[in-house]
Formats: sequence, C-alpha cells, structure tokens
Amino acid sequence: MFTIFENRMIVPNVYQMTVHAPDVAQSALPGQFVIFRPEEDGERIPLTLADWDVQAGTVSVVYLNVGRSTAKLASSKAGQTLPTVVGPLGNAMEIDRYGAVLCVGGCYGIGSIYPIARALKAAGNTVVCVLEARSSFLLYWQEKLRAVSDQIVCLTRDGTSGKRGHIGSLAEIIRTLPMRIDRVILNGCNYLMMRGSQETLPLKIKTIVTLNTLMIDGTGMCGVCRVSVNSETKFACVHGPHFDGHQVDWAEVTQRRKAYLQEEVIPLRTTQPL
Amino acid sequence: MEQPVKKGLDLNRRPMPKQAVEVRRRNFEEVALGYDSRLAMEEAARCIQCKKPGCVERCPVEVDIPAFIQAIAEGEFERGVRILKSKNSLPSVCGRVCPQEEQCEGGCALLKKAAQIAIGRLERFLGDWEAAQPDLMMPEIAPPTGKRVAVIGGGPAGLTVAGDLVKLGHQVTIFEALHKMGGVLVYGIPEFRLPKRIVEREVEYLRRLGVKMVVDYVVGKTRTVDSLLEEYDAVFVGSGAGLPWFSEMPGNNLNGVYSANEYLTRFNLMRGYSFPLVPTPVKEHVRVAVIGGGNVAMDCARTALRMGAETTVLYRRSREEMPARLEEIENAEEEGVIFRYLTLPTRCVGDERGWVKGLECIRMELGEPDASGRRSPVPLPGSEFFLPFDAVIHAIGNSPNPLIPQTTPGIEVGRKGNIIADPQTGKTTKPRVWAGGDVVTGAATVILAMGAARRAARSIHEYLTNPSEW
Ligand SMILES: Cc1cc2nc3c(=O)[nH]c(=O)nc-3n(C[C@H](O)[C@H](O)[C@H](O)COP(=O)(O)OP(=O)(O)OC[C@H]3O[C@@H](n4cnc5c(N)ncnc54)[C@H](O)[C@@H]3O)c2cc1C
Ligand SMILES: Cc1cc2nc3c(=O)[nH]c(=O)nc-3n(C[C@H](O)[C@H](O)[C@H](O)COP(=O)(O)OP(=O)(O)OC[C@H]3O[C@@H](n4cnc5c(N)ncnc54)[C@H](O)[C@@H]3O)c2cc1C
Ligand code: SF4
Ligand code: SF4
Ligand code: FES
Repeated sequence: MFTIFENRMIVPNVYQMTVHAPDVAQSALPGQFVIFRPEEDGERIPLTLADWDVQAGTVSVVYLNVGRSTAKLASSKAGQTLPTVVGPLGNAMEIDRYGAVLCVGGCYGIGSIYPIARALKAAGNTVVCVLEARSSFLLYWQEKLRAVSDQIVCLTRDGTSGKRGHIGSLAEIIRTLPMRIDRVILNGCNYLMMRGSQETLPLKIKTIVTLNTLMIDGTGMCGVCRVSVNSETKFACVHGPHFDGHQVDWAEVTQRRKAYLQEEVIPLRTTQPL
Repeated sequence: MEQPVKKGLDLNRRPMPKQAVEVRRRNFEEVALGYDSRLAMEEAARCIQCKKPGCVERCPVEVDIPAFIQAIAEGEFERGVRILKSKNSLPSVCGRVCPQEEQCEGGCALLKKAAQIAIGRLERFLGDWEAAQPDLMMPEIAPPTGKRVAVIGGGPAGLTVAGDLVKLGHQVTIFEALHKMGGVLVYGIPEFRLPKRIVEREVEYLRRLGVKMVVDYVVGKTRTVDSLLEEYDAVFVGSGAGLPWFSEMPGNNLNGVYSANEYLTRFNLMRGYSFPLVPTPVKEHVRVAVIGGGNVAMDCARTALRMGAETTVLYRRSREEMPARLEEIENAEEEGVIFRYLTLPTRCVGDERGWVKGLECIRMELGEPDASGRRSPVPLPGSEFFLPFDAVIHAIGNSPNPLIPQTTPGIEVGRKGNIIADPQTGKTTKPRVWAGGDVVTGAATVILAMGAARRAARSIHEYLTNPSEW
C-alpha cells in the first residue's frame, strides 16, 4: 500500500500526484516510469516519473484524466492509499554532454521532461524547453522548468502565451533559436512525438521519443508493448520506452494504441456504477 | 519387474467427477470437482503397495506414494497429509497440474492394464482435505537463527524455498514483481484448472509461518541483487521464465495478435473475464487461433472458448507429440476446441485497419526422429492455405527474463538466458546467490521448480549454519 501525499489538478484535467514510495524514489532515474494500480482489481497503468524526493521518500507523476483508471486516480485524495506503485521501470533517458538539447513537452509531457532537463543541465548541456499546449491556461511548471534550463519557449495554438503555433512549427522554432541544436527530446502524446520527429528528420537532428504504448506488467512479460523500431520488434517497457523517433513505425504505434478503444469507452458511456 | 497380479485386483480406475461439458464451456469455474472421501478410499484401495514402487521412481520429488495411498485407504487422512507434505509442500497444486502420465502414474505397475492408480487425484484429495480442516496443521519452527534470506519471485520455486527456510528458523522475505504472489500459478494457469483461492491459501499459510512478502517490487529495478546482498545473508533467484516468444513470421504486431502471457494475464491476474466490472479490458473475438501444443496453448484455447470464440489449436506435429498434459488435451477436445495438427502458420495477415484477419499456413509431414527422439516436422511444398481468424495467440514458449542477469554482475547465464546453477545445490556462479526453477531450466513444470527449490533451500541452510566452511 502506498500513501498519497498530494493529488491536485494543476491545469484543467491535468493532475499532479505525489505518493510515498521510498524504494522507487531511491532508484529513480530521469525518463523512467512507474506502474500505478488505482484500486484493488484495478488496471495497471504506466506513468512517467515527473519528480522524486529521496529524502521524503516520495515520487510524483503528472497525468491527464483520459479514461477509467486515470479518472479513478483523479478522484483519490491525500491520505488515501494506492494498492500498487511499482518501479522505477524502463531505461533511463541517456544523459551525456551533447551541447544544446531541445526538450519538448506537451500535455503530461511537460511534467515528464522536467527530470530530463534537470539531468541534461547538470551534465553541462545548454537546455531549451519548448512547452506546447492549446492555450496558455494549459501550461504549468514553467517556474520549475526555468530553474533547470537556459531558455523556455511556450507554444500555444491560440497564441495566448509565447509563440502561436503547434508541434508542426518545431522546425521553424529550431531555426530561429540562436544556437545550433544537437539533440531533441520529445515527450507527450504519440501524435506530438510523431509530428515532432517528422519536423526534425530533414534537419538531421537526433530525436528521442518516449513511447506511449499499452502496457500490463512493464517488465517484459506480456509483450503488449511491442513496437517496430528500425524494422525490429522491441518491447517498449524493457527496451525503451525511449527510442529514436526517426526509426519508430508510427503507424503501428498509433494502431496498437487504439486496440481497446471500444472497450475503454464502455465504462465511460454507462451510467451504472461499475 | 513383473508385479504379481493379486486376486481381486480392481482395474476400475475411479473417474474424476467433472462439471458437465455443456456447462463448463461457458464458465471459469474449476472443471474437475475432485474425489470425495468415498471415491478416494476406493481408488486408494486399488493400489497393490509394490515393494519396489515404479511410481516413486518417476516422481521428481520422490513422494512416498504407496505410504500416503495406504493412509487414504485406511481413512487416516491426517497421516497421509503428513507423509505427502514431507516431500511436497503444495499437494493441492501438484495434484492438479503435474503431468502425472509422464511422471508418477507413468511408472505405476497397473499402467500396463490401463488401470494406473490416480495418484494425482489422490494427492489433490489430501491437499484439499487438509485445507477444509478447521485447524491448520502448523509445523514446528526452529528457534530463530538471526539469518536473513531474500527470495526473488513468488512462484512455486520461491514459495518452496521460503517455506523450507522459515521452518529452519531463518528470516525470509519474498520480493515479487507483480501485485500478487504465486507466479505462473496466478497469472498463467487459469481458474478453471487451478482455482486462485488454492494458491492464496498456500501463500497465506506461508505468511502464518512468518514469511514476509513484498509485492510490487522488481528486483533489478526497484533494487539490485547486490544491494539485497548488503542486507541479507543469502539470495535465492526464482524469477521464472516469463519472456514470451513469438514465432518468427510477418504480421506479429497486428492488433489481435497476443503472446500467451498477455492473453492469460488479462484473464487471470487482471480478472478480465469480469470485464467491464473490472477495468482491464479484454476483447470479444469470434475466431481464435492458438499456436502451440503445450499446457500453455491448452489454457489459452480453453479460455478463448469460454469467452465464446470458435477456437482452433494449430500444432506443427501430431497429437502424440503434443507436450500438454493428456487430461487437459482431452478436456479441450470435449469442450469443443478444434485441433489442426501438422499445420504451421507462416504469416499473420492483416486488414487495412491493422487488425489480424487470418493466418497463412503450410501443411507439415513428420520426418525421421531427431536427436530428442521426436519426429521432426517438415513443410510440404505447395500446401499453403489460408485460415480466417480475428485473434492469434502465440503459445510456443517462454525464456527467462534477462532483467536480473543484466543487473547482477558475476552471475553467469547460458545461451538461452537461463541462470547457470549447480543442479544439486542451486548455487550460481555468484557467491551467496542461489537459483532454481524455470529461471535455471527454462520453462518446465511446477514440481521440477519445487524440487530444485528444495535442494537450494538445503544448500542455503548448510551455508547459513556453517558459513566458515564455504
Ligand atoms: C511509458 C509510458 C509513460 C506514460 N506516462 C504518462 C504520464 O506521465 N502521464 C499521463 O497522463 N499518461 C502517461 N502515459 C499514458 C497513460 O498510461 C495512459 O494515459 C493511461 O493508461 C490511460 O488509462 P485510462 O484507463 O485512464 O484510460 P484508457 O481507458 O486506457 O484510455 C481512454 C482513451 O484515451 C486515450 N488516451 C490514452 N492516453 C491518452 C493520452 N495520453 N492522450 C490522449 N488520449 C489518450 C486512449 O486511447 C483511450 O481511447 C504513459 C504511457 C507509457 C507507456
Ligand atoms: C499457462 C501455463 C500453464 C502451465 N501449466 C503447467 C501444468 O499444467 N503443469 C506444470 O507442472 N507446469 C505448468 N506450467 C509451468 C509451470 O507453471 C512453471 O514451470 C512454474 O510455475 C515455474 O515456477 P517458478 O517459481 O520457477 O517460476 P514462476 O512461476 O514463473 O514465478 C516466477 C515469479 O518471479 C517473479 N519475478 C520475475 N522477475 C522478477 C524480478 N526481477 N523481481 C521480482 N520478482 C520477479 C514473477 O513475477 C513470478 O511471479 C505452466 C506454465 C504456464 C505459463
Ligand atoms: S508430486 Fe507430482 S509427480 Fe510426484 S506424486 Fe505428486 S502428482 Fe505425482
Ligand atoms: S501407485 Fe502403482 S506403482 Fe505405486 S505402489 Fe501403487 S500400484 Fe504400485
Ligand atoms: S508491458 Fe508487458 S512486456 Fe512490456
């Protein structure tokens, strides 16, 4: 049992949760994820570690309320417990001294890139963060990210904060930056990561994405997280979740992500308590 | 070793009461209902109490079969339990899942007359009888030694090591990656063959003996073996063979294509048969193909059937070579699973939306026996054909998960990723680390995992009580 220390909505429909999981916090590395089970008999859902505190023994995630399990999480209160918080799973993001690195986060990815930006900065890189959202009211953690990066670019579809545009404007943003970008890291929904990878391909900048696949165990046991990378089948949970965005078969990732679309809608449509 | 045929030899092997086929093919409750005490005593009375019992020779843990059977025949069930449990700590499980026809019953003197004693069913009877008693028989526990042992994996191997060592007075903690203890017994083998309450009961029993259990803990990730060694005197690795294989063919990443592990985990561990009452989704399929011929394939096929699908098992050899337990093959046949032998799928064919719509297959012919003595199948050129399916389940095998070897310097692994351990002691190439079960042998059986675990426990105990001699 893992006690919830904090759970609150930080911008509409996006939540930040901190739970007591000292062993996970102790071993956490940037880019790793945890699996939560929000209730007994509940589903196992992967969420990226957005922060952790070894001293306090806590880990934090940022999540979007999209379906049954995240809705259940969203309704939990501080002081309650979660039956499962297991991790840290997956490989850590490769951190090295690359030069200038662009970290792009959209939706929950704004939270996910925080530990990555922090580690890249500590390793001596110039870090530029791009925060993508539909509108300014959906942006969060700017202060936190500012503290670990050299520059922040906000990108909103309606232009209410920073530049007007979306992930499709990434190449243009990279071109207008004062420095040459040596590596791009994309984190958010699969669409953002796919579209961002398309933008960086002609620029020939190495681009790392953190795939959002279906998962069950997160330890290499079930294989539901299979993806094709460079025409080879990989398990996202143990070989990833970070892959070269230019080598990912995005059509397959997108299709596989939708495998349970119909089933996932059933509980949202019914008015009966399930 | 001819056995003298006694007068009045009873060749009438008592049948197992089962749920009727028409009923059970639509529910997930246990198929075999078990002997009652009358049936058990009748069956036990048939045993001719061989002086040199062939049955014992064929049991991997050498249960004193004639003795426990005699006890049943005399109605002394408690004595029977004690005899049984001195060799096998999970009789309710092994009685249900051991491949008895290849093991104990395969060595029974009455086999020649096709009347071998139903040893597995009698074993199950005693295990279940004990569980139904108001007071659990608690074994004696040796005084605390102050030694600490970490066990990785809560499957049959890990549970056995933990049970043996806790009784010897050591402090034992099991670390399990999933949220439930039991390993394959809870995530793989379905409810209709091994009810989960039986596994829970065994786990609860160990908890009462004082075994500590930590679930949701992935050794190698949450904490490494080396870090455990700082806190524990010895480590036992029983992490199983949980890495699924997919046969090499195009189209395996289409939607509707599963590993057996995924398919079974959704239903068993995550209780998918109750969806949408439980949140883990499962799909309704119309026509399901299961590739393989072992226990895992039977379990997938019978699960799919219970979910209402027309289910076909595709196996590349013939029925005689199928490695699954005979009883389960027969159950599957009775329930209406379709078997296509000498059939090898070569490609998953998908539709324009990325869903599987069928399998391209080729017919096989059995050639000369290979090194293992099994006749190896060879494809018949020009015999390609197509079968329509909306789901395909790969049940062709598993190998050990590389997570622990990868994160544990000094532990040697074999070519197939299995941890190398001494078969007599379970000692690995790393000091103070033992291993046993599927992680050493590759996917095998419950009783073999338990046997290996028992030997490892003995070796660990020797080390703990006399470390200076090591
Ligand atoms: C390695 C990894 C890390 C992840 N990290 C995070 C994280 O830090 N924060 C987070 O919020 N999510 C993260 N995800 C995604 C998260 O696991 C899913 O959003 C979650 O499982 C949804 O569960 P649910 O039952 O609430 O919704 P479901 O019922 O499973 O889904 C409801 C519907 O929403 C769609 N959907 C699911 N996820 C998204 C999404 N992100 N955006 C848009 N539509 C979606 C589904 O396709 C489905 O149709 C991560 C996934 C992986 C594989
Ligand atoms: C579907 C199916 C049907 C079967 N049917 C039969 C049958 O009828 N008869 C029979 O005798 N055998 C059968 N078997 C085989 C039998 O179940 C196995 O041989 C046996 O369970 C092996 O036991 P084990 O303890 O070595 O491993 P497992 O039962 O696999 O247990 C290993 C445990 O370790 C955990 N683990 C793995 N890695 C880590 C880690 N890094 N940290 C912490 N925990 C970890 C796993 O989650 C798992 O719980 C079947 C197997 C399957 C899959
Ligand atoms: S443990 Fe298995 S092989 Fe041994 S007697 Fe029991 S059922 Fe037979
Ligand atoms: S079970 Fe069979 S082999 Fe064993 S003692 Fe009885 S009759 Fe003999
Ligand atoms: S989530 Fe099961 S293998 Fe990756």
